[in-house]
Amino acid sequence: MSGLVGAALALARRDLMLALRRPGEALLPVLFLLTGTALFPLGVGPGAETLARIGSGVIWVLALFAVTVGTDRLWAADLEDGSLEQLELGILPLELVALVRCLVHWLVTGLPLVVISPLLALLMQQPPAVLLALPAALLLGTPVLIMIGAIGAALLVGSRRSQALTALLVLPLQIPALIFGVGAVEATTGGIGGTVAYLILGALLLGSLALAPFAIAAALRLALE
Amino acid sequence: MHAYANPLRFQRIADAIRPWTTFLALALFPVGLVWALAVAPADYQQSDAYRIMYVHVPAAWMSMFTYLVVGGGSAVALIWRHPLAEIAARAAAPIGACFTAIALVTGSIWGKPMWGTWWVWDARLTSVLILFFLYLGYIALYDAFEDASRGARAASILALVGLVNIPIVKFSVDWWNTLHQPSSVLRMDGPSMPPSMLWPLLLMALVFKLYMVSVLLVRIRTETAERRISALRGAETA
Repeated sequence: MSGLVGAALALARRDLMLALRRPGEALLPVLFLLTGTALFPLGVGPGAETLARIGSGVIWVLALFAVTVGTDRLWAADLEDGSLEQLELGILPLELVALVRCLVHWLVTGLPLVVISPLLALLMQQPPAVLLALPAALLLGTPVLIMIGAIGAALLVGSRRSQALTALLVLPLQIPALIFGVGAVEATTGGIGGTVAYLILGALLLGSLALAPFAIAAALRLALE
Repeated sequence: MHAYANPLRFQRIADAIRPWTTFLALALFPVGLVWALAVAPADYQQSDAYRIMYVHVPAAWMSMFTYLVVGGGSAVALIWRHPLAEIAARAAAPIGACFTAIALVTGSIWGKPMWGTWWVWDARLTSVLILFFLYLGYIALYDAFEDASRGARAASILALVGLVNIPIVKFSVDWWNTLHQPSSVLRMDGPSMPPSMLWPLLLMALVFKLYMVSVLLVRIRTETAERRISALRGAETA
């Protein structure tokens, strides 16, 4: 048992170190989210009421895109240089490899999105309550998006298809997280069922943490054959 | 079940069934269509415009049923490495995508005179649209690899993930819809439907199902033949 924990920690440390050595890459989703959000006032007009009404939804959709773009090459480098094969040979089952990899990936790319979201909410003229509700919802939601995105990335690893195909596979499956994420935020601004939305987001998080690693591992074994 | 993994034995049974389903589908389709378009009474509210329901509703039912075939076939293929289940799932997917497209298009045509707009972000419409994307993703993933067997199994995993996810998507879209627009105008025709309208609908549903089975069997036959040919070619060059 301690061997497994040690192996998981070693893998987490390796992934974390690799990510921190290339900080630019890890920050790309945040920059994507920032630039994307900045485009919306230009597109729909700078009127405060419009931005206030669509703001939380826009930030959620862009966060979804940012995560999907960020997870696209989650497995590619490891498959190309053969370390995925070494990971499969190691004592850590591929399911746990997938879970550790996704958690580290969330720490590096998902957490910055959560941290920066209050700033974006300010830019989008959101009421003060949203400054707390939005990061809370993203905190529960972004790991779900990453787990599902990782399935898509694992299914397509090694093929020469574009990112657009990953998006086609992954986006429909991410819809529940988006709906309840936006629902949780909008509940604070006068809707209904805020607590319910947070609870369901939490359920989605636990469910995806429990189930997605099996799908990811099955897809990776396929790629390694 | 593994008895039917033998393509020859399956093919014998399929060849025995297929003429009957094809014949029945072709024979009953005109009956159902005339019954639905001419004999069934007009709706007191929508008059004759409601008759598109006789195409729309069976197509929508089949779109969901066919995804169950795709998902179930994929599950059997992944768990037991059942080759025919994989072929069946692959063969069913484009049929299901077509049914979904028909349901969306006829729904849109029906919606224009009834609600005055081509598209409403209603819960049911939205979840059917998502189902359509799931079909497209499955088909695209199946063809995304040089190695056909990898594509087949990757697509099977995706179909299973989709099968787990469909109830969640459906539930979340319903929740989203009640959150945004509390009262739905899209109650099809109240709680119940008179038998004079229901019977032609059920007949049309049966016709759609017979058609689906016939086309599915033809596609499975084509796919097995194709695999056999490429296997023979491979043996020749080796």
